[in-house]
Amino acid sequence: MKPRNLAILLSAGLAFAAAGCGSDSGSTQSGASPSGSAAGAAAPVTISVGCQPPKSNPKERAQWDADVAEFQKANPTVTVKGNDAFPCIVPETFQAKLAGGDMDDVFYVYYTDVRKIIQAGQAADISPYLSEVPALANIRPDVMSVFKDGEKVYGLPRTNYSTGLVYNRKLFTQAGLDPDAPPKTWAEVQEAAKKIAGLGAGYVGFGEYSAGNTGGWHFTSSLYGRGGEVVSPDGKTAAFNSPQGKAVLENLKTMRWTNDSMGTKQLLRWEDLMRMMGSGKLGMMIGAPDVVKEVNNTFKGKFEDYGVAGLPEATASLSGGDGYMFNPKATPDQIKAGLKWLEFKFLTPGKGQFNYERAKNDGLPVGLPDTDLFGSTEPGAKVQELRKQFATVPVEHFQPYVDANANVQFKLEPPKAQEIYAILDTAMSAVLTRQDANVDQLLADAEKKANNVLARSS
Amino acid sequence: MTTMTARGSRRRTPGAVRRGLRRNLTAYGFLCGALICFGFFSWYPMVREFLLSFQKTNFVGPPEWVGLQNFQTVIEDSAFAQAWINTAAFTGLALVIGYAIPFVVAIVLNELRHAKGYLRFVVYLPVMLPPAVAVLLFKWFYDPGPGLFNQILSTVNLPTLSWLDSTSTALISLVLVSTWMNLGTGTLIYLAALQSIPSELYEAAELDGASLLRRVWHVTIPQTKLILLVMLLLQIVATMQVFIEPYLLTGGGPEDATVTVVYLMYQYAFSFGNFGGGGALGLMLMIVLMVFSAIYLRVSRDNQT
Repeated sequence: MKPRNLAILLSAGLAFAAAGCGSDSGSTQSGASPSGSAAGAAAPVTISVGCQPPKSNPKERAQWDADVAEFQKANPTVTVKGNDAFPCIVPETFQAKLAGGDMDDVFYVYYTDVRKIIQAGQAADISPYLSEVPALANIRPDVMSVFKDGEKVYGLPRTNYSTGLVYNRKLFTQAGLDPDAPPKTWAEVQEAAKKIAGLGAGYVGFGEYSAGNTGGWHFTSSLYGRGGEVVSPDGKTAAFNSPQGKAVLENLKTMRWTNDSMGTKQLLRWEDLMRMMGSGKLGMMIGAPDVVKEVNNTFKGKFEDYGVAGLPEATASLSGGDGYMFNPKATPDQIKAGLKWLEFKFLTPGKGQFNYERAKNDGLPVGLPDTDLFGSTEPGAKVQELRKQFATVPVEHFQPYVDANANVQFKLEPPKAQEIYAILDTAMSAVLTRQDANVDQLLADAEKKANNVLARSS
Repeated sequence: MTTMTARGSRRRTPGAVRRGLRRNLTAYGFLCGALICFGFFSWYPMVREFLLSFQKTNFVGPPEWVGLQNFQTVIEDSAFAQAWINTAAFTGLALVIGYAIPFVVAIVLNELRHAKGYLRFVVYLPVMLPPAVAVLLFKWFYDPGPGLFNQILSTVNLPTLSWLDSTSTALISLVLVSTWMNLGTGTLIYLAALQSIPSELYEAAELDGASLLRRVWHVTIPQTKLILLVMLLLQIVATMQVFIEPYLLTGGGPEDATVTVVYLMYQYAFSFGNFGGGGALGLMLMIVLMVFSAIYLRVSRDNQT
């Protein structure tokens, strides 16, 4: 090709590409009537839904496809277009997708992001359409509160759990501890951690986060467990500089420096503890059953080696989980269709994510108490019964968690959660990296900073 | 009248203009390509970022103009001053360590008589590694337990360090990573500059009995002055934008010791969902960097004239 032609082709190609980038495709449309219900239920509608299992996970993807086919057969006017991604949500791409008009009509979220999205006005208010979801009546009110702001509802949960204590049963046995009697108090955790760390170089009794805002997140989890609060009831001032907050940091300081049971490497984040747990050298960490699933699926651990107990001494717990929200640009018909799909796929015992018989036949793990959406209602009992019936993992390893959490109250994240977590990271990293860290001073400094953040937002 | 006549004589006929255009079409084509690339991937984001710093937006509805509120928010943030101090310290340390080492390595490579090509390849090798891989490699090197650096220190009976886990060593640990990652590029540029120095100058210096150090001081440095200055300014601009090292290695910790301006900007935009705040920080950094860029352009222009 002559240089001149090459230059023209190059310029033209770039111009087209740039024009393509600039266009706003908007929400996925397919003839849906923007006027919503006025067009009637018969109008064809297409919804794009996030977090379809990726091709690298063929069994779960096949299940998704089968569910879509079954749903579309029952709802012939609805077309569900799954968008796969792993991980399902990345903060960097979330805003870009929204800005570029590429956000799914029904998009996936972690609980940790829900409040931020609602406050930013980045999700549609689905309150007027909730009559489409009969299952809603059975969902735990404390779980639904995650997706509520006042009386308005902005999403539906997919999974829900409280935090507990994830531990390595194999290491417990090696250290002379009883894996069927996991620690119930922080004093017992300290003793167990000491024994596990004593197994030799590289063994860590208890692991904790302290970087990338995860430290503040787990501080909150521990604080809630001890009955403390991050902010005052009116949300205007910080409340973590309390005896409970002090106890959280003092406990970590003792384990790190007096007992030397937390290893030397700190500034750990999510994937660090997962890797350590998967390697079989970490004894305990704060987490939920989803940690065991992740460690088994991605970090080469084995289900049978792990157990989960309740968070020591806890009467309340920071709720964790994930769910779906709706694109503010989605039409009413798309929201209604999306709600029907979510109910079918994620909120119906025996169907979709609760089709444990199919999961067992496909060789997928069944039996983890990794979600509690319905509490003690009839669907809740049904889900538990099915989970037990088709269990493939040792359910008794997770029974202490189930027993301990029966009366634990779920608590929501504080306002301005990520900003406050970033501030609390400093205190967490200080007690884990500096032997002379002054807990009182750290909490006082963090309180001052958090008060500034809260004052600016109110 | 004279002027008009001269202008008239310079006026080109339409045919001449067409011929001129046709002759330069290739150049215009390539220029358009470059302009479109710069326009969409550099200038447009800069303009958007500038506007964003005065707006509050959720990317759904129309943005709201908030004046200087975003700037006030980030300036009042307790991490703001710390982030600038850390960035300045990182830049300073990167100049002391990361600026001098490639120059010294280039001089050594230039003096070598054997295995030059092989050593150049070895020095340049880290540049070929994806930055994330290189940074994660150092995460293991810095591990206070089984990490490579502490193992070496133990072997030679020296006290081990906390590296990333201590406020006193975390920032310098990041500088070392950055220096290692960028050593190859700097060394190759210096090497090219060194090889352009006429050998007669060294021969004359040797005849005068100058030692290696005196040759470096009186011949090498004066002859590479411009490239040293340009590299200095480019390095300041690059190191002030440090992000990947604190993001992947320390998450800004311990105790905010490695929070940099760009890391804080990332926190505002993606963790806090406050793009206006992130934009305001970005604009402040851009203004500071523009000063250095202006000096760089001035230095380059002075040399050309």
